[in-house]
Amino acid sequence: MIAPPPLLTVKDLRVRRGGVRVLEIPSLVVEEGTIHSLIGPNGGGKTTLLQTLACLIRAEDGEFFFRGEKVSSSHGLLQYRRRLAMVFQEPLLFDTTVFENVASGLKIRGMDRSEIEKRVKQNLQRFGISHLMDRSARKLSGGEAQRVALARAMAIQPEILFLDEPFASLDPPTRESLMEDLEKILHQTNTTTLFATHDRMEALRLSDRIAVMNQGRILQIGPPEEIMNQPRDEFIASFVGVETILTGRVVRKGRGTFVASIDGQEVEAVGEMEIGEPVVFCIRPENVTLTVPPHQEATSARNVFPARITKVVPLGLYYRVHLDCGFLLVAYVTIQSLENLSLKEGKEIVASFKATAIHVIQKTKKSEPQPSLSGQKNSSVARA
Amino acid sequence: MDLILEGILKAFHLLFTLDPEVLGITLLSLQVSGTATLISLFIGISIGTLVALTEFPGRRLVVSLINTGMGLPPVVVGLFVTIFLWRNGPLGFLEILYTPAAMIVAQAVIATPIVMGITLAAIQALPKKLRLQILALGATRLQMVWILVKEARLPLLAGVMAGFGGVISEVGASIMVGGNIKGYSRVLTTATVMETSRGNFDVAIALGIILLLLAYFINLVLTHIQQRERPR
Amino acid sequence: MKKEKGTPIALVGLAVILALMAWSPAQAQQKNIILSTTTSTQDSGLLDVLIPIFEKKTGYFVKTIAVGSGQAMAMGQKGEADVLLVHSPEAEKKFVAEGYGINRRLVMHNDFIVVGPAEDPAKIKGMKATTEVFKKIASAGSLFLSRSDKSGTHAKEMSIWKAAGIKPEGQKWYQETGLGMGETLNVTSEKKAYTLADRGTYLALKKNLSLDILAEGDAILLNIYHVIEVNPGKWPKLNAAGGKAFADFMVAKETQAIIKTFGVDKFGSPLFFPDAGKKEEELGK
Repeated sequence: MIAPPPLLTVKDLRVRRGGVRVLEIPSLVVEEGTIHSLIGPNGGGKTTLLQTLACLIRAEDGEFFFRGEKVSSSHGLLQYRRRLAMVFQEPLLFDTTVFENVASGLKIRGMDRSEIEKRVKQNLQRFGISHLMDRSARKLSGGEAQRVALARAMAIQPEILFLDEPFASLDPPTRESLMEDLEKILHQTNTTTLFATHDRMEALRLSDRIAVMNQGRILQIGPPEEIMNQPRDEFIASFVGVETILTGRVVRKGRGTFVASIDGQEVEAVGEMEIGEPVVFCIRPENVTLTVPPHQEATSARNVFPARITKVVPLGLYYRVHLDCGFLLVAYVTIQSLENLSLKEGKEIVASFKATAIHVIQKTKKSEPQPSLSGQKNSSVARA
Repeated sequence: MDLILEGILKAFHLLFTLDPEVLGITLLSLQVSGTATLISLFIGISIGTLVALTEFPGRRLVVSLINTGMGLPPVVVGLFVTIFLWRNGPLGFLEILYTPAAMIVAQAVIATPIVMGITLAAIQALPKKLRLQILALGATRLQMVWILVKEARLPLLAGVMAGFGGVISEVGASIMVGGNIKGYSRVLTTATVMETSRGNFDVAIALGIILLLLAYFINLVLTHIQQRERPR
Repeated sequence: MKKEKGTPIALVGLAVILALMAWSPAQAQQKNIILSTTTSTQDSGLLDVLIPIFEKKTGYFVKTIAVGSGQAMAMGQKGEADVLLVHSPEAEKKFVAEGYGINRRLVMHNDFIVVGPAEDPAKIKGMKATTEVFKKIASAGSLFLSRSDKSGTHAKEMSIWKAAGIKPEGQKWYQETGLGMGETLNVTSEKKAYTLADRGTYLALKKNLSLDILAEGDAILLNIYHVIEVNPGKWPKLNAAGGKAFADFMVAKETQAIIKTFGVDKFGSPLFFPDAGKKEEELGK
């Protein structure tokens, strides 16, 4: 049984803006029914990629295929565009009623009135805005407007949906509720989605795969856990929220493990390394455990260090605790634990983390470009 | 002061007795200026939108020409149109000098840059991403232009009102190309000038009042349409 | 939805209807005559009486373009008018001599008068010779307004200054309005000045003016109207037949009878004196 071609395949896509290369994607594959997010700093190429794939920007070089057929800007462009939908950061609604807005994509396609009514009502209901049907678009709140924009996009039943930071202008509670609803709808309709965001929590939550972009390139692509826990380099690591990044040198080798010297302390990690090699350790703050002496239990953690608390920062549901173990370490602690252990600035405690919780990055020389091609191929092939 | 009072009385008298000559003049004013405004609407909105949405070499020059055109002195327009329409002029074969048609042409020349300039500004004022959004909804270029024009309908309506206001009140070009011929090419403005120079001030004031009322009511209707949709 | 589709169609329909209505007097070329005349002639209202009669009789459509005599003749020179009705004899003679006009025929005359404020600061009332009147106004330095627009009235005024041996331009008491007769009279009245006016316009506006007739009756004050056909030889697009028809009409017996009585009921005296067939030199005697 031959599998159908992936929904979107990109090959050697290059885009120039004002004489400068702004996008360079040697390869990208998007399977039907998956939600891909693009994360990265502003100006990293996320918007450019989305707009190029929606054929709103012309590529200078390269090509991409939709269900195996090449998308060309000379013919079939309109038909391709009518199979996709795009929502931007601003709702960009039309100066008319909510109903007419949601219907606009359908009117453009010449659908007849009764069919339009059905689709519009269905999507208004999906997004919980049926009660706003006759209201003027000018009189909507930010969240309501964005719901209308999404309903407008979903009404045309797109085969692929592009979202360019759709929640960026919304306040957190609105963002929360809309994200929840959108997630449900996307899964219900099995809509392939490509969305750009600079909020990694959003990406984590909604996506099947995350692509980290910077300077027009995809630096790493893979499932969320992989990106979060195994960032390929420091840039990606800091972007995805690894709070502790340590540099050091290998001093000892063990059986499947090794020890590196970091700021005078010895830290054990898993991996095959050579003595003398420089390494970078990424430790997620969720993986650091704190204990207060004299409660020393037997623990399987190989890395146990006395530490002093230098800073305690409340982050809403938990606390971020900064520690000095000889090297700087960051841990997340629940409010409960903070109180139970009476953790505060200046207190001497013990921090520990497992060797397996350390994500090791082999330090490459700065001048070498990232080996993106092989890396991505591995991930996407592994996924397919 | 009594002159103005006389004029007001005369105005009502003329209106209520439905004086045929005055009615004819008023109707002609509406026909000529209305047609000219409609012509300027079509040409002005289409070209204004085109210039607003396209990049082309020399665009800046074109935009400044349009903006200059908005302030074209009507009497200069009248002079040039007359010269073109003279029997022995380049367009003399059309034989429309001293006819209402010539007045429509001259007034259309006056009103079109106004509508064009305002359309240009209105379309340019729309959010830049709106075009992309419309295209992303699967619109053809033509559909996109139509949707953008609809989005800008409030300022466009103001532009049409400005164009109409400019030509219903215009006199220099209308006299030159129309000839102010009784019962044929005489409109409210040209009749007012004539009655003034004859010394019939009461009639002149009456005609002036009728012109003001006409302009007011038309703009009342257009304003009502515009403000009905005003963002609150 | 319906509203949006309907509006553009309605607009187009409206445009078509209005355009058709405005275009409806679709005149064939041969039926149009362009008559070039002066503002004072039009303002007198005589043409409003005569032209409908002519149009009914002949089926022609007369486009009366009222401008100053100078512009009227300039239009004739360019072939932009078919027939002229003007009152500027010197310029007319030149016009015909240069071959632009043919069949210059005497139609009627009225006269000019010198008007001024009742107080008459220059003390010209009752004087007979207009050249003396002008000299007196000049020497008294009393304000005098001139139309200065190359009209027949203006030409007459300049010929009187010339005969009096005075050059008024640039003098403090001499102001040039560039306006039509009616407006000039109004300004003259406001400023309590003197001016030269045609009797017809003065009579028509008298009730709104505070000016009296201070000098009249001199032969030099005669305002003589001729009708001139524009020479078709020079301009093929001319409606020569139409121009001739109108000129013939102006000197016809019936028309002359109408001219004789025009204005009597309104002003108590006629505004014009019909002269067709007479010689110019005979007038005013």
